[in-house]
Amino acid sequence: MEHFFLNIAHSLIVWLMGLGLSSKGADLVLLIVQWICIVAIVTINVIVLIWLERKVAGFMQQRLGPNRLGPAGMFQTIADAIKLLTKEDIIPSAADRIIFRTAPIFFIIIAVMLYVVLPMGDGMQIVDLNVGVFYFISVASLSTICLLMAGWGSNNKWSLLGAMRSVAQMISYEIPLAFSLLGVIMIAGSLSLSDIVAAQNNIWFIILQPVAFITFFIAATAELNRGPFDMPEAEQELTAGAYTEYTGMRWALFFLAEYTNLVAVSALASTMFLGGWHGPWLPSWIWIIIKTYLVMLIFMWMKWTFPRIRMDHLMSFSWKVLIPVTLANILVTGAGIQFLAGMGW
Amino acid sequence: MLGDYATIGIFLLLTILFPLAALGLAWVVRPKPLPDEEKLTTYECGVDTQGRTWVRFRVNYFLYALVFLAFDIETIFLFPWAVRFKALGLFAFVEMLVFIAILLTGLWYAWKEGALEWY
Repeated sequence: MEHFFLNIAHSLIVWLMGLGLSSKGADLVLLIVQWICIVAIVTINVIVLIWLERKVAGFMQQRLGPNRLGPAGMFQTIADAIKLLTKEDIIPSAADRIIFRTAPIFFIIIAVMLYVVLPMGDGMQIVDLNVGVFYFISVASLSTICLLMAGWGSNNKWSLLGAMRSVAQMISYEIPLAFSLLGVIMIAGSLSLSDIVAAQNNIWFIILQPVAFITFFIAATAELNRGPFDMPEAEQELTAGAYTEYTGMRWALFFLAEYTNLVAVSALASTMFLGGWHGPWLPSWIWIIIKTYLVMLIFMWMKWTFPRIRMDHLMSFSWKVLIPVTLANILVTGAGIQFLAGMGW
Repeated sequence: MLGDYATIGIFLLLTILFPLAALGLAWVVRPKPLPDEEKLTTYECGVDTQGRTWVRFRVNYFLYALVFLAFDIETIFLFPWAVRFKALGLFAFVEMLVFIAILLTGLWYAWKEGALEWY
């Protein structure tokens, strides 16, 4: 079971080479197959996740959640997806049409591009980039621009306010996010995600870097614009923030991208702090799924437990608490490594 | 074997197809009624829009962007330092202490001048 997917990939390559393809051509076909798998996983996962989120919300608020379509309401999201697919496409006459149309496209492209570097099991990584963590952070930060495009292009006051808020929030929380990963990188001595997983063979980094994990988790929640940091799309005051004017499939793309980002960041958290695909008994790719889902459940737990934070508190929390704490964490980690090196470890 | 970045480039080209396919599918399925002037107006809780949207925005956002820029560049410097930290030894650690101290002074100054306040 451990090498199930690797064996499939290997036999596909062998079969294609047998057909007379060059090794580059076979790799290309394999990449296309991997891409199809990732897009399928992303789409199906979102359908499960939205159902799960609504069920978790229902559980936490002592109500049932979706329960009409299919067993335990499982087909509710599929029905929603079909509904969104058949919705009219409305572009407001005041909108900047090019920016308005391209914003959701860029948003989902950026979200899917994050999966290139994530290790999804032992040796199951599309590209083992030697700057994997850096790639992840830089690509993820591009989504700020898409939200700004959506808000500006809509030419709607709610959208612009929501977009401005999310840009301010996301750039503020990007710094603690990157800083909290630095401690892990210092211990692992590499930016490659597979090296970081390998460095956690004996001990998970959540034990060595507990503060970094907590700050990473808070900053990631803010980066994902999820509650309690969902000021940018606060329904009660901004209708839907940057997404106000979007309908049908364009809106669905935004939603899809948000959940795709959630999965990617949860997978990064489990890779960086929770030992990645390391785990006993079960195959590595099952372990990463279990860990990713656990992190996502904590995200949902947080969203439905805490009330929304006020905008000024939100901003000052990042600059006045998280950044000094993460910097102190870097210094303590550095001093600790120096001390242990001095002790002859 | 394809190169690392060539793989990412091909992956990017493939990924562009995904939203286009989704929107294309929606285009095939969705109803396309004649444009309605009322329906295409900007949403503002049912009343007519007052004034322009694209106005000059609060300067606070700009201040945050400036502080962010300084710290983001610091992040770029810190990443290679963190990777080679174990190999570089005590000297790099002290150097980084100085670097972070300078930046903390900057943060303190921005804090004191009220750039981090949200009005």
